[in-house]
Amino acid sequence: MTHRSHLLSTADLSADDATLILDTAAELARLADRPIKKLPTLRGRTVVNLFYEDSTRTRISFETAAKRLSADVINFSAKGSSVSKGESLKDTALTLEAMGADAVVVRHWASGGPHRLAHAGWIRSAVVNAGDGTHEHPTQALLDAYTLRSRLGGLEGRRVTIVGDVLHSRVARSNVRLLATLGAEVTLVAPPTLMPFGVEGWPCSTSYELDPVLPKSDAVMMLRVQRERMDQAFFPTEREYSRRYGLHADRMALLPEHSVVMHPGPMNRGLEISAEVADSARSTITEQVANGVSVRMAVLYLLLGGSEPAIGTEDEGERR
Amino acid sequence: MRAVLDAAAVQRALTRIAHEILERTQGADDAVLLGIPTRGAHLAVRLARQIAAVEGRSLPHGTLDVTMYRDDLRLKPARALGRTEIPAGGVDGKLVVLVDDVLFSGRTIRAALDALGDLGRPRAVQLAVLVDRGHRELPIRADYVGKNLPTAQRETVQVRLAETDGEDAVLLGSKADHTREGAR
Amino acid sequence: MSRNWTVKGAAVLGGTPRDLHLRDGLIVEEAAPDATVIDASGLIALPGLVDLHTHLREPGREDAETVLTGTRAAAAGGFTAVHAMANTDPVADTAGVVEQVWRLGREAGYCDVQPVGAVTVGIAGERLAELGAMADSAARVRVFSDDGHCVSDAALMRRALEYVKAFGGVVAQHAQEPRLTEGAQMNEGELSDVLGLRGWPAVAEEAIIARDVLLAAHTGSRLHVCHLSTAGSVELVRWAKSKGYPVTAEVTPHHLLLTEDLVRGYDPVYKVNPPLRTKEDVEAVRAGLADGTIDVVATDHAPHPVEAKDCEWAVAAMGMLGLETALSVVQQTMVETGLLDWTGVADRMSVAAARIGSLEGHGRPLEPGEPANLTLLDPAARRLIEPGSLHSRSRNTPFAGLELPGAVHATFLRGTATVLDGKVVER
Repeated sequence: MTHRSHLLSTADLSADDATLILDTAAELARLADRPIKKLPTLRGRTVVNLFYEDSTRTRISFETAAKRLSADVINFSAKGSSVSKGESLKDTALTLEAMGADAVVVRHWASGGPHRLAHAGWIRSAVVNAGDGTHEHPTQALLDAYTLRSRLGGLEGRRVTIVGDVLHSRVARSNVRLLATLGAEVTLVAPPTLMPFGVEGWPCSTSYELDPVLPKSDAVMMLRVQRERMDQAFFPTEREYSRRYGLHADRMALLPEHSVVMHPGPMNRGLEISAEVADSARSTITEQVANGVSVRMAVLYLLLGGSEPAIGTEDEGERR
Repeated sequence: MRAVLDAAAVQRALTRIAHEILERTQGADDAVLLGIPTRGAHLAVRLARQIAAVEGRSLPHGTLDVTMYRDDLRLKPARALGRTEIPAGGVDGKLVVLVDDVLFSGRTIRAALDALGDLGRPRAVQLAVLVDRGHRELPIRADYVGKNLPTAQRETVQVRLAETDGEDAVLLGSKADHTREGAR
Repeated sequence: MSRNWTVKGAAVLGGTPRDLHLRDGLIVEEAAPDATVIDASGLIALPGLVDLHTHLREPGREDAETVLTGTRAAAAGGFTAVHAMANTDPVADTAGVVEQVWRLGREAGYCDVQPVGAVTVGIAGERLAELGAMADSAARVRVFSDDGHCVSDAALMRRALEYVKAFGGVVAQHAQEPRLTEGAQMNEGELSDVLGLRGWPAVAEEAIIARDVLLAAHTGSRLHVCHLSTAGSVELVRWAKSKGYPVTAEVTPHHLLLTEDLVRGYDPVYKVNPPLRTKEDVEAVRAGLADGTIDVVATDHAPHPVEAKDCEWAVAAMGMLGLETALSVVQQTMVETGLLDWTGVADRMSVAAARIGSLEGHGRPLEPGEPANLTLLDPAARRLIEPGSLHSRSRNTPFAGLELPGAVHATFLRGTATVLDGKVVER
């Protein structure tokens, strides 16, 4: 039986692991320029997309990645939220195991969902976390790091500013960890209500104000702000949020020449980012999408392509 | 391990291969050299330079990584990829000369042919190797050989190049001497 | 129907070994002629344990536990009386339901079941339940609690405290400010951030306790704080007692031993309310139990069916089993660390609980003339906790796989052996 491993969190990746993924992705990116955009490497393997949350873009990205490696792809759009209980995670897992899935790419609304899937002893497949609750989104962080590395020529010592609803953002959590692992300096900017409780212990700096941080940023990553947070008293009005933390043209002018603007998508044009900024030459938003496919191809290859995975956590087996 | 080719012999072999390529392709007008990483890539560069020195014009050359096409992927941990760089003119309608350091089972070359097939349609494919050590497991043969070196299965052949190992040499030893020889 | 027993050479409350004679449901001076002899050398005799906080789940959730299976588990754990919390279905907010639960306990016969009455109708927190009717019923309810939920409305809590004075009742509060803990999954702190789970801040417990101890003083009525879990809560209760306020408090065995680090693996067996806290909190509650700030150990035994825990963390039910492991956990965390001796254990796990619950016949001294409710413990035994061999109908014990000290050798309920030789006696 091949030794299974998982990609559940950026905490599982050492600097070497992450660099291996980025380098592999760089090679695989060239595939996009070829007439035949396919490699035979995962022929005969089955990759299941198990999505408990709607996300067409991420699902398509993983599907494209798996298909380019000649794997068979099955899409499972699972019902089951805290409101509408569908089939239990366990029963779904047992079904996938019976179908012979080699890898399960799972997006779940509950933090720790992919973790349970990987370690409860229900399946033997490799598990890739495509985003769980407010916990982690490792492949997003990897494609962000890849994008930054190519645009800025490297990551060591680069100053990356992440702005917005950090408290509820799995993208922020994954990025902070991964960028710190790869030697970048990260600053988080948010109102105090949207900063995580224990953020002093995170490998980054923080600021409640955006303007002083921008001139020292090589890259700015804008996080999506959900309008519902306003009703939960995290900030008073959209207008105030946008004024204090939104990236608009005049703020963009504060950035150094070479700086880039990123956004994991989908954007609230006009709230955290203005249309002008989103469509400017500094913006990497469309590249991030293309890079996502290469990075996800690299992850699938490194987890499934050999007798043993080259990255990721060990399977703890039948652990309680 | 003992040296079966020293630096001078390696250089002579490469010079001879370069001339043979020119001869058999009648001037190598539409030839493209593709080296298989790691050492095959360096050899391809050297051959291109030699040919350029003789003919006075440069020959398109690049690299072709075959990792994703190997038939033994599932026998070893997932490997890091090498670089694939195809020269500007592409491979369609060209005479592609694959370059590698050692020809052994032939499986690497089989993978290279598959990889090449996904990149385009050459008019012909030839193979140049520095050392042919026998023990083919597939019907593959080299068109240009630097040295024919009959070996026992349990022996290992190690090619060292200045670009990667600091010196040029071909060494022959037993399995205990060298742990990194993969099936070629 | 009790039989007659002679317990030979038991260390009563850990003291000098002596003989205990049980006859016709009482402890007596001399052995009955037909008394069965139990060799209790090396064993410790404690008054039968009393739990102030158990969930027996019946009526309504019999898939998790019934009064029968729950009281068998209690007897196995050395308990002779348990207070059954009111959050059943239907809720125990009327004389009818509490009498049903009380009767089920008597029929099962493994330990006394003292029903707890809900403070508010349906535990909805809106209006008072018929506390008087429950007090006057055959179940003679004295402890009232909306446990599972907090009586968060200050005016309602005040009225409840005042009202129960009429019959010597006590309001047991589940301290959890609802607005600060919406959707909360685990202790709020650095770890909850890292794991992406919404936090349950300590202040949500402490703010309610602070308010309630002042209300208890103001109304002159007894307040009991359920499952206290933070260092701040211990300090508040200590302050309240120093002022002479009528406040008592309990701590669960799991809060004496386990910390939030266990949540890292997202295994829902560690999901509980209030959540597992930090090492500092564990040390504070141990110290509080040792110095008497915390009066009792109460299990908050909360059985859940397998499917309620075999799922994602966010979807899993909160609660842990406790009856069958409580005494062992207390031995490990309090006796073996030198914080409490066996007399102290007897006080915290029997005497004080009976006093707070106004429960007659339990928590009494092991002296002639008293009811023969006692537990024999083998402190030298060690046992591996296996969920499959528990007497509870459910399996959600957080101590699974751990080796714990001490094993209950026998339990006597008014002279009837409910556990003998470490095994539950079939009835």
